[in-house]
Amino acid sequence: MRVPMSWLSEVVDVVPGSTGEDVAAALVRVGLEEEGLETGGVTGPLVVGRVLSAQDEPQKNGKTIRWCQVDVGEDEPRGIVCGAPNVVSGADVVVALPGAVLPGGFAIAARKTYGHVSDGMVASAREIGLGEEHDGIIVLAELVGPSRAAGLAPGQDAKELLGLEEVVVEVNVTPDRGYCFSVRGLGREYAHGARLDVSTAFRDPADVEVPAPHDGDAGGWPVTLAEHTGDEVGAGLAPGCARFATRVVRGIDAGAPAPFWLRRRLQQCGIRSISLAVDVTNYVMLLTGQPLHAYDAAALRGEIHVRRARRGERLTTLDDVERALSGEDLLITDDDGERPVGIAGVMGGAQTEVTDATTDVVVEAACFDAVTIARSARRHRLPSEASKRFERGVDPAIGPAAAQLAVDLLVAHGGGRVEPGAGDVRYATTAHAPEAITLRGGLVADVTGMDVPRGQAVELLEQVGCAVAPGDPLAGGESVTVTPPSWRPDLRADVDLVEEVARLHGYEHIPSVLPAAPVGAGLSFARLQRRRVAQALAVDGYVEVLTYPFTSGDRADQLMLAGADPRRRAMSIANPLSAQVPLLRTSVLATLVDAARRNLSRGGDSALGGSLALYEIGQVVLPPQDLPAAPVLGAERRPSDEELATLESAVPHQPVHVAGLLSGERLPDGVQGPGRAADHADAIAAAQLVAAVMGLTLAATATQHAPWHPGRCAELSVGGAVVGHAGELHPRVTLALDLTARTVAFELDLDALVTAAAEVDARARPVSTYPLAKEDLAVVVPEGVTADAVLAALRDGIDEAEVDGVRVGDVVEDLRVFDDYTGSPVPPDHRSLAFALRLRAPDRTLSAAETAAVRAAALAGVARVGGVLRG
Amino acid sequence: MPARDQTPPRDDPGASASPDDGTARVEPALDPPDVDAAVEAALTALGAARDLDELKAARLTHTGDRSALSLGNRSIRTLEPARRAEVGQRLGAARAAVGRALAERTTALEAERDERALVEEAVDVTLPATRAPAGARHPLSRLQEQVADVFAQMGWTIADGPEVEAEWFNFDALNFGRDHPARQMQDTFFVDPPENGLVLRTHTSPVQARSLLTYGVPLYVACPGRVFRTDELDDTHTPVFHQVEGLAIDTDLHLGHLRGVLDHLMTTLLGPGTRTRLRPAFFPFTEPSAEMDVWFTRPDGSGSGWLEVGGCGMVNPAVLRAVGVDPQAYRGFAFGWGIERILQIRDGVGDMHDMVEGDVRFSRALGGVL
Repeated sequence: MRVPMSWLSEVVDVVPGSTGEDVAAALVRVGLEEEGLETGGVTGPLVVGRVLSAQDEPQKNGKTIRWCQVDVGEDEPRGIVCGAPNVVSGADVVVALPGAVLPGGFAIAARKTYGHVSDGMVASAREIGLGEEHDGIIVLAELVGPSRAAGLAPGQDAKELLGLEEVVVEVNVTPDRGYCFSVRGLGREYAHGARLDVSTAFRDPADVEVPAPHDGDAGGWPVTLAEHTGDEVGAGLAPGCARFATRVVRGIDAGAPAPFWLRRRLQQCGIRSISLAVDVTNYVMLLTGQPLHAYDAAALRGEIHVRRARRGERLTTLDDVERALSGEDLLITDDDGERPVGIAGVMGGAQTEVTDATTDVVVEAACFDAVTIARSARRHRLPSEASKRFERGVDPAIGPAAAQLAVDLLVAHGGGRVEPGAGDVRYATTAHAPEAITLRGGLVADVTGMDVPRGQAVELLEQVGCAVAPGDPLAGGESVTVTPPSWRPDLRADVDLVEEVARLHGYEHIPSVLPAAPVGAGLSFARLQRRRVAQALAVDGYVEVLTYPFTSGDRADQLMLAGADPRRRAMSIANPLSAQVPLLRTSVLATLVDAARRNLSRGGDSALGGSLALYEIGQVVLPPQDLPAAPVLGAERRPSDEELATLESAVPHQPVHVAGLLSGERLPDGVQGPGRAADHADAIAAAQLVAAVMGLTLAATATQHAPWHPGRCAELSVGGAVVGHAGELHPRVTLALDLTARTVAFELDLDALVTAAAEVDARARPVSTYPLAKEDLAVVVPEGVTADAVLAALRDGIDEAEVDGVRVGDVVEDLRVFDDYTGSPVPPDHRSLAFALRLRAPDRTLSAAETAAVRAAALAGVARVGGVLRG
Repeated sequence: MPARDQTPPRDDPGASASPDDGTARVEPALDPPDVDAAVEAALTALGAARDLDELKAARLTHTGDRSALSLGNRSIRTLEPARRAEVGQRLGAARAAVGRALAERTTALEAERDERALVEEAVDVTLPATRAPAGARHPLSRLQEQVADVFAQMGWTIADGPEVEAEWFNFDALNFGRDHPARQMQDTFFVDPPENGLVLRTHTSPVQARSLLTYGVPLYVACPGRVFRTDELDDTHTPVFHQVEGLAIDTDLHLGHLRGVLDHLMTTLLGPGTRTRLRPAFFPFTEPSAEMDVWFTRPDGSGSGWLEVGGCGMVNPAVLRAVGVDPQAYRGFAFGWGIERILQIRDGVGDMHDMVEGDVRFSRALGGVL
């Protein structure tokens, strides 16, 4: 909502000397947000000029310019070239002199043109920010009216004359304060913010005399408020229309323009001037907050019926769009309720709008149900100045006053006469008075921590417009009964009143006290683990990034996910910011590659010589095949456990994943030695690091899994459960994604690892100080046998080692691969794997016989997978 | 005088000099002048040795088997018994003197050699020391952890919640009526199909309702996390951002406690001189409601002013009722603060693009590892 300072000053005593900043600060103090301050944007000399002569000079290009002598209050007139046809001798015009700067940074200087030196510019309305008018220059007599024009003097400051320097304060209105979408509301709030007494400083513009309805004949235009239910009205909707005020003006000149000052204010408030009738209704809406509508009385077919739409009904609105109506839409109809002429509170119809030919006007000032209007505006995508106000609640008390203000303005500027009767129809069963609220003594202090004496709290509530009466003695000694004013439908509970007292008293008085919380749980195990994983990867050289979780089907294609891959089952956003990425990621890698591409396009990570090592920890969304719809639950009470369980089952599984990606070299080339390209093992190592941080070891088995290289992908598992994958990306994936060839990556379900880590039950083993026995074994196996398989075979064999019938296989302290070799003398299609076997007993020095028995048993084991000792 | 071009004697006590090795034949020293001269020659030679090799040559020459003193010593037994004691004494003293000199010179030359070796082994320590530089955390992650730590240190519980959330938790339970304009103002991403009632959470506030349902009261809980609004990315907005939600429900909490917690968090993160203010605002789930602003000086020096960091207030009794807490018995406060805003203020980040693009330079500049 924007309000010019001069308009605000009409309804409230603005503290003398206040700047726009001061006014904005006062409004912010009571809960409005400052959006900005605006002025006209003209600087430098802009003056009234009187055209002494205007000589037509046809040009070779077919145009005709006028060479004018203009008196700008100086000793000599200035010569100015003007192209507008309406510059005539004797006219008072607006002249921008050299040195002036017009909106948009347009600097005026004397310049040579069409064979003259033009010493300034005669301005159009648009050129000085007064509106869109640009067909000709401003003729002041037309703009400000003959009476004011008579007093003009050449050289007079035109910025002041036209209000171009006036500050317009723009504030953001919170959704509970519908009344602040009016000069009336902002005036009242300013009084609160400036700590002025509303009863003396504020002048309510809605406080106007309205003729009482005649007995029997309601006056105005005949109106019927139909039953509020319709064919398809949703449950819980209130009656659509609580009150409908009308006035009728006859014999006006609807083609007459609204006065300049009124159009100027509309423009300052961001509303375009249309016609006298529309401008007046908008003006009164801005002033009072009451939306109004003007009908051409001649186009209305009899009585107005307000009712819900019928199935299949259609209406062409003012914007020439034919709209299909819903049973929840509230309609204004005529012709015995048969013809819709407007969607209540949203937009009028084309058939009954006021035109230049209109002579009789019906003005409507109604109070429609907030929810009904909100839904209609959303349904038809027609947010309007009117719907914005109705959604937030319009003061039900001021309809007739607003209609009065409107017809007074219409008559003043369009002539004609107002019919004496004021129409004011109310819906019978609607409660028109706000309900009284009991405010317990002490509640203000209990909730705010501020010590506001009872008397002061009562005064502040009265400032807001509440009626305060002594409370029910049963409710506690100090309680009061508070009836909010009609313009505050948001005040419904005692805490609402507490806020009113607090904001008028001033939030700056709220003390700062640190509460002593009881001992809590602190960081969860999962959070601690995630933090340690993040830290470990960073120490290991990976840079953390955070990507948007939005992805696409194209990305699934690029990642070569098979048609039936569950990772293709992604949830989609109904209203994505970009239609390119409507899906929620099912893997972190799907979006991590975006960050990789961006970094590579910018030259990679300089710390790694242009290579990249990235990781991200974040949620993925894994919807099951059939996700049930969430039940619609009320919020008046705690849902039952069953209801909550149903609700939870509608929320998809969203585990936290960690993914990492290496592109280029794992060790960069440098003074320390030559670089080493990242390979699949680095990705597996990073995944193992993640697991190791949590005290886990991942079992790796070869697998084929997109988007990885089918021969270089490890499936990683803990306790038999697959928790992720690591390896080199498929060459076609790196090609499709424009990544460096041989990029490697891993992705792990961190939640699954955290769960497994919580179950780790590590037991201490006595640290033996007996001597270590070292045995190295080189085993030749067929090429297809994996290291893991050989290792398992060795262990199985060792388990059976015996000396003199006693099992001795429990003396293995460590067993690991230390070499992998193919080539002569290893036979073709075979490989040689070397293992370091470290043996130690907890209670004795191992004998040569024991060591030999273990070695022999190990070899017997590998024999089962086709392994033989390398000779 | 030993010279460098002399071939040093072989270091073999048993070996005899070959007849043509060029060395003069040495006479045994027995008499005082001869002994003195031999000692003098030995000391001079030892002293003149410039390195351990020369010293070795001098040693062999003057203390070796064929040196004058050694020959003299060996010939004592050939003297008549009356002279043996005297000559023996003289030679003993002389050899001891040479031995001491040799030891001293050896020590000195060894020290010199060691010293020289250290000088020669000097390296350029300014060359890059590591082949594998550390990575970096994302500044927003680190800040979220710092925020969580502040609350954990106050005894609060740190909670988590899903990002795809039921509308009931995101709106209804928080007193956003179905048709309330505030529900539209949240610029919500809806999950397809919208009638299934799922949204990308627009704030971390659903964790309020979840925590109350899970833990009950009294409760002091904070939740840093990621939230979503349909704002296009520009210098100051991003559709995906982070908040820390806080909720405290107890029997006697008021707005002053809210301010105390917020002041504590801000001064912990931004320094003791931090200026804050509360101003009235509106949120469906709090009443009274407030916005907190922090005084912010722009990093480019272009000005300063109040920067809104987030909304807060006393929990609306309707919210407590929706999760089964008696609003007559319990009261509390809640807040939701923008992590990006705090980072903007603390580290002078001018452009939101830097926070969301995942450029490693941003993480490296602000996201130190330890």
